[in-house]
Amino acid sequence: MSTETKPEIDIDRSVGDFRYEMDYAYDAGVGLTEATIDYISDVKGDPDWVRTFRKEGYRKFLEKPMPTNWATKDLENIVFENIRYYLAQGQQPKRSWDEVPDDIKKTFERLGIPEQERKFLAGVEAQFDSEAAYSNIKAAVGEQGVIFVGSTEGLKEYPEIFKKWFGKVIPSGDNKFSALNSAVFSGGSFIYVPPGVKVKHPLQAYFRINAQNFGQFERTLIIADEGAEVMYMEGCTAPKFETSTLHSAVVELVAMKGAKIQYITVQNWSSNVFNLVTKRGLAHEDAEIKWIDCNIGSRLTMKYPGVVMKGKGARGEVVSIALAGDGQHQDTGAKMIHAADNTTSNIVSKSISLGSGRATYRGMVHVPKHLKGCKNNTECDALLINTHSRTDTYPAISVRGQGNAVQHEASVSQISAEQIFYMQQRGLSEGAAMSLAVNGFVNDLVQQFPMEYSVELKRLIDLEMEGSVG
Amino acid sequence: MSATNSITSTPPVPGRWPEWFQHDQQRAWDLFQSLPLPSRRDEPWRFANIKATDLSGFSAAAPVRDAADLVSRSSGLTGLSAKLVFGNDALLHSETADLPSGVLVMPLEKAAKEHGDLVRKSFMTSEVRLGSKKFAALHKARLRAGTFVHVPKGVAVHKPIEIWHWVEGESAAVFPHTLIVLEEGASATVIDRFVSAGNDASLAVAVNDLSLGAGSRLSYVGVQDWSGRTTAFHLNTTEVEKDGTSIALQMNLGGAYIRGESDSHLLGEGSRSVMLSINPASGEREIDQRTFQDHFAPRATSDLLYHNALADSSKTIFAGLIKVEDAAHETDAYQKVRNLMLSDEAEANSMPGLEILADNVRCTHGATSGELNQDELFYMMARGISPKQAAQLIVRGFLGTVLERLENEELQSHLGAILDRKLEI
Repeated sequence: MSTETKPEIDIDRSVGDFRYEMDYAYDAGVGLTEATIDYISDVKGDPDWVRTFRKEGYRKFLEKPMPTNWATKDLENIVFENIRYYLAQGQQPKRSWDEVPDDIKKTFERLGIPEQERKFLAGVEAQFDSEAAYSNIKAAVGEQGVIFVGSTEGLKEYPEIFKKWFGKVIPSGDNKFSALNSAVFSGGSFIYVPPGVKVKHPLQAYFRINAQNFGQFERTLIIADEGAEVMYMEGCTAPKFETSTLHSAVVELVAMKGAKIQYITVQNWSSNVFNLVTKRGLAHEDAEIKWIDCNIGSRLTMKYPGVVMKGKGARGEVVSIALAGDGQHQDTGAKMIHAADNTTSNIVSKSISLGSGRATYRGMVHVPKHLKGCKNNTECDALLINTHSRTDTYPAISVRGQGNAVQHEASVSQISAEQIFYMQQRGLSEGAAMSLAVNGFVNDLVQQFPMEYSVELKRLIDLEMEGSVG
Repeated sequence: MSATNSITSTPPVPGRWPEWFQHDQQRAWDLFQSLPLPSRRDEPWRFANIKATDLSGFSAAAPVRDAADLVSRSSGLTGLSAKLVFGNDALLHSETADLPSGVLVMPLEKAAKEHGDLVRKSFMTSEVRLGSKKFAALHKARLRAGTFVHVPKGVAVHKPIEIWHWVEGESAAVFPHTLIVLEEGASATVIDRFVSAGNDASLAVAVNDLSLGAGSRLSYVGVQDWSGRTTAFHLNTTEVEKDGTSIALQMNLGGAYIRGESDSHLLGEGSRSVMLSINPASGEREIDQRTFQDHFAPRATSDLLYHNALADSSKTIFAGLIKVEDAAHETDAYQKVRNLMLSDEAEANSMPGLEILADNVRCTHGATSGELNQDELFYMMARGISPKQAAQLIVRGFLGTVLERLENEELQSHLGAILDRKLEI
């Protein structure tokens, strides 16, 4: 049992591809039973209602079938008995940088949460395995009354706000994996922005998986009260392991009247991670929820961020970029549920399939009866790079009644040989030309990311494109 | 509710078919019995009204009461090369004129006896992939009549072939079958007309299979005008070899519950399949259409255009898939479904899908749902056209654009007139 750091292994592989030996202070063991849930509840000191909620989630998890009637059969390769459902470095999130253990600091520094970035970001909530290892909000944000804490802290310290919305946007029985998350969740963020407060800087959290066979089940709840505005950024990298890892998060957003929430994700899990995430936002009158979702890593990602437009004039948007490299399946998309008049939604999805990669767009647009003035626009573009690459598009659009306008368009194309030839004539290597063309394909979407993310994204695309030619 | 002599539980009485055919039918019956009914969890039945797939209340149709009446009511195109009229799965009438020699247009039963090899080669040989495997098996097992069209190599049949299928009787079930085989370089135009004699609640499980040899050309139109109480399945497989062109239109003018499945196989390089459908839906009609554009060969084209106009509390489902297999490079595939919503009670579901396994392809699909263009309505009303009539004109124009994809102008105007009568313009 040593907390000393060992020399990095696999240091020369991609950036997130390394790990340190950790001493796990709390470990719920392998597999999932009701006893595991009691253990988690005991360790975390859950209030009774949370314990009940977890057990309810567990029951639903057992009841719900795997969605293999429509989804990929690869899901059958998840062995739930071999997964660690809870594991934490310590119970209290570290408040200052000095208190963060050195070995964890090193991991983060390799990941690029440098000191100077903290100056730009309002607060850094860096999740190391289950618990927030580091959490710091700048005084300015705190003074505005913004709450930005881990979900465990949120449910204990602010139960009156937390309980009102927790599990309401995504009921635990929504699907098998949201039920699983409800049973074993730990970590994630809780954010509350008071009425009228506009958080200038984006709030950020970095997640990381670091234990073999360890599933991460964070739970995030963000509430923007009337007229408030907030942007949240989530970036994921994970070290490479030999056996598969499960990541199954639940993210709920609530935008009250006139509020705006932007949720940005850059997902770069290592290529053995099953990333099965449920994300949904509830937009009240004139509120706006925008998901910007970028998936580069993981073995299989299934993620369809959704917006339920509950109030008149609400707006939902999903901007999605997926890059499926060799052996990867990015099964992403969007869900837009119109539940009030004059609601508008927009989906823009771009995917790139490389090598044997497969990118899938799955979308749902629902306009129920007796609504007027609802609009949806969906655009899906797919780029195929190699002969064995694959792309699929499976939208489902239901419209009832007149007075609404819904349109969906999708196209599949490849990089034109002329483009590549042109660039090669000007001295670029074929690989560099391809990389430039792919960056050009997603450029208009990448520009919607905050600066440092768009830079990171371009770098990641370049990295993925290496060796894809020929 | 199960009828006496229910088609789902009473084994079919073997007809006077060749032994191989009867053997096939027996196997199909066993398959029908063994397959489960569709459930909502089955992706090919998403959004569908599963209740309509319980066919136990139907029994085999008895002979029609007045054959001469139905034959006289079978008035369609003029200048035909052949015309066949079926009533409750029995041949009532057939005539040919100017049919080029060597061309076969005959009842399937006769063809199975006299041209067994030809029929056997193409009779329901493709796997049913769009959900109705069980109902295709039922069709095969209970098939009693059908049409076999065979055009030999290089022969062009200039005048259209028209086939009428009548159903009569409450709870009566019919199983119309049309098999069209065009050999290399052949061409033909075939129209299937599906009509109810009265306003009975009947069942039709119909199959039309189109087999196109290299460089052949087929125009096929199915005009479905069953009574408003009819449950109908219309299952199609189209196979197109090198440089062949199939243009197929399905018009759904009647019926209570319609399930259509169109499965196009682009087998040869440069082959082309145009898939069209016109669907004016009103009352409580449900039109559930599933399509597949499966590209196996390079440089082939598929082009799908479906227009749905939804009035009252009608419902449409469109689920289409374009699949480009590994080898099908330089594919052009298009798919477009448009829903025109005319009522607050109507419901349109669209699932346009793509699965692309090859690179260097050009594929697009689109689905739109919208309402009547207010500017157009206003324009016409300002010229003294009543709002109702203006709406009808817009709907007619919207549905009529699909007809423009047909190459035969005579056929276009004939079908346009049928559409006009249906929309009461």
